[in-house]
Amino acid sequence: MPRSELAAPRDQLRIVIVGHVDHGKSTLVGRLIHDTGSLPEGKFEAIKAMCERRGMPFEWAFLMDAFQAERDQGITIDTAQIWLRTRHRDYVIIDAPGHREFIKNMVTGAATADAALVLIDAAQGIQQQSRFHGFLLNLLGIRQVAVVVNKMDMIGFAQARFDEIRDAYTRYLDGIGFGARYVIPVSARNGDNITERAASMRWYEGPTVIEALASLRPTPRPVDLPLRLPVQDVYKFDERRIIVGRIETGRLRVGDRVLFSPSNKTAHVAGIEGWNVVAPPIEAEAGQAVGITLDEQLFVERGAVISLHDDPPIETNVFRGRLFWLGRQPLAAGQDYRLRVATREVPVRVQQIERLYDTEDLSDRGGAAEVPRHGVADVILRTRAILALDEAHALPQTGRFVLSDGVNIVAGGIVDMKGYPNQRDALTVKASNLYTVKHRIGAEHRATRNGHRGGVLWFTGLSGSGKSTLAMAVEQELFQRGYNVYVLDGDNVRQGLNANLGFSPEDRAENIRRVGEVAALFADAGLITITSFISPYRADRRRAREAAKEAFHEVYVRADLATCEQRDPKGLYRKARRGEIPEFTGISAPYEEPEAAELIVDTKLLSVEESVARIVDYVESRFIIARSAVRD
Amino acid sequence: MTPLDRLESQSVYILREAFNRIDRLAMLWSLGKDSNVMIWLAKKAFFGHVPFPVMHVDTGKKFQEMYAFRDRYAKEWNLNLIVEDCPPYAATDPTLPPNARSGQRKTLGLRAAIAKHGFTGIIAGIRRDEEATRAKERVFSPRGDAGHWDFKDQPPEFWDQFNTDLPKGTHLRVHPLLHWTELDIWHYVRREGIPVIDLYFAPSPGEPGRRQPGKRYRSLGDEDITFPIDSTAATLDEIIAELEATKTPERAGRAMDRETEDAFERLRAEGYM
Repeated sequence: MPRSELAAPRDQLRIVIVGHVDHGKSTLVGRLIHDTGSLPEGKFEAIKAMCERRGMPFEWAFLMDAFQAERDQGITIDTAQIWLRTRHRDYVIIDAPGHREFIKNMVTGAATADAALVLIDAAQGIQQQSRFHGFLLNLLGIRQVAVVVNKMDMIGFAQARFDEIRDAYTRYLDGIGFGARYVIPVSARNGDNITERAASMRWYEGPTVIEALASLRPTPRPVDLPLRLPVQDVYKFDERRIIVGRIETGRLRVGDRVLFSPSNKTAHVAGIEGWNVVAPPIEAEAGQAVGITLDEQLFVERGAVISLHDDPPIETNVFRGRLFWLGRQPLAAGQDYRLRVATREVPVRVQQIERLYDTEDLSDRGGAAEVPRHGVADVILRTRAILALDEAHALPQTGRFVLSDGVNIVAGGIVDMKGYPNQRDALTVKASNLYTVKHRIGAEHRATRNGHRGGVLWFTGLSGSGKSTLAMAVEQELFQRGYNVYVLDGDNVRQGLNANLGFSPEDRAENIRRVGEVAALFADAGLITITSFISPYRADRRRAREAAKEAFHEVYVRADLATCEQRDPKGLYRKARRGEIPEFTGISAPYEEPEAAELIVDTKLLSVEESVARIVDYVESRFIIARSAVRD
Repeated sequence: MTPLDRLESQSVYILREAFNRIDRLAMLWSLGKDSNVMIWLAKKAFFGHVPFPVMHVDTGKKFQEMYAFRDRYAKEWNLNLIVEDCPPYAATDPTLPPNARSGQRKTLGLRAAIAKHGFTGIIAGIRRDEEATRAKERVFSPRGDAGHWDFKDQPPEFWDQFNTDLPKGTHLRVHPLLHWTELDIWHYVRREGIPVIDLYFAPSPGEPGRRQPGKRYRSLGDEDITFPIDSTAATLDEIIAELEATKTPERAGRAMDRETEDAFERLRAEGYM
């Protein structure tokens, strides 16, 4: 045979067959393999013998049901794959179990597919797993779907019934946010509309299954997205120090200046390494497992994400994940797991279960304490370490995660940052060549002259909890008692220092960062600085604490949402409820309560006078320098 | 990227995951085409090195050509080769059919070798298209005590996140070739120039040696239970052309696979590759 006809293997499309148990998935696979002439020699006879041994009619499902237990019970336990060859293209057909018990195996099979066929039994109609599988396909990132309405022979090839199922199921998929390309009536057992158009359904004018498959496209490789190369390992087998990983998105060239997140170190790519290659490559792209060398020796570890300098991943230690839960025990708020995003693995805590979804009717069942097995939910996940990740809608490859219980994977999910800031800017020191200059006057000298230490009283709480009222009253009281005191208030600061900032999560984070730094400087200058900001994110408050160090005192001005909404001194809650203020804390953006505030003032229980007294007592006990100590 | 580049890249990613996540790792080398490709892919993944032992679990009944090949390439590829013997036929399960008992010798030999060396990860060159129970495998497959495969309750595996944390006393099977087909293997052998044993080729007319004219082996196992197929394919191109057209399954010449309906499933459940 001439060499040209022996060209490399043909491209292949990966198709997963999903749907409710007993709707005929394995039968459809058997039919497809047989009718396209892809069945290996002897296989048909082997299946026939298996069926005769059991005294049952010929069963196509035995082609994929490799386990004795599957054949004996007539149920597919685990996913399997088989190769199908057509004149135009090769396919990998992935059979996925439809029984609720084996969702983990369905996910395993479906996650690698380019496209899916959802099977629905014409007589039984849409069942629980028909819907749930559709929902999961979307979360798994599979966008090309064709629906096959099977067992049309059981309902006398009735068009009305087919139309009813088609309309109901496409409505369901629309509700999730993706459409079905085709809905095809078939009888897998008889081979109707599989590879040949069926005489039994002349009313149907769409494609056969094999024609529909031919119109599906392989998932395009994401070469035009921003570069993401998660570090898998670092090798030093010889004199080269090679950083290896797979390019998930984008392209990489020798000479590129690359950024490592979250360490935020940069270097240039010196070379792309290879073995048994004609010449070392100068460029690599999404999908390639590469090894690179750098122009300088950076300390790099597995889990870091390499990007280009101008389009880096998000940095955060808290995000919302929409996840499907596969664990045997329910997922519970407050519980700890292992989180994996690309090659990074860190401990994670489930801070909150924001909402459970009902995958039957797509309704939102609100917050919950637990996610049951096979539940789908939005959860807030918090890590100690800063992560580099992306939002799933922008970069699916680095915008998804799994949770592990320490032995097995128990959940998969996608990242959504709505309401949470990118912490990258706040973490980055932009200027270089900075040196700390030491003052000749120390904090103790200032304290001695003032009679009290400097410090930060960081008020945090919902809008309407009473922060500003208390801040001004405490300032007045302390001033009268001889303290040097000053209030940094939200609205005032936004008119000057932070006039260039808006209310996006990033700008809010920057607003708080600046206030934290200014408060720390004031405290160092000897002032008692009261800050009055909602400051809803723990990460922002932690940074403010790091700026002022031990001079930082977190005061949680506590009142529940209902109380604050009732007070509504600026009318903001009413506007937020009408949707006029996006990302309003407590309504459409989260408030993360302090975990260990130095002082909690509950303004629902205490009057303004009582609250002020409590704070002033706190200051008197912590900030005054004893006269004897001053003299020593 | 061509289809072969994609297959190669996925295997390299899997091998690097195994090397990073598993402490005591070894690769099985059966001396067949698939495990040669696997060693080649390891050299790709680790830039010319194979940074873990390569183990031949030897039934003592392989073709003499296979032993010669092993000794030559262990040196040439600079492999850290471990050879472990298998227990005698008499030590196998008498309720298994006779040829499957030959297969079980290898399972028992592997089990003993894992215990002896304390391996926690074994890389094996099985493929989904070879055989129906292999089509149901995970890439990282946890094995219980004594290498048992709990195929009725495999953990989820998706988005290339592999289950690599394992309880004490168990090990992981790693399958970097699971997504390849027989034809892919031959295309890759041709592209890369990977050496394979000449038993895979039919002898050219008049060629000396002990190979039978008009016959070649498509899959290699123990000499007494492996049979050649009728073929005149004497070159890589001819093998590829033959496989493009054939409908005979690859392991048709492996007697142990099909003695009874579940013989091979039983072998695999207790730890056969």
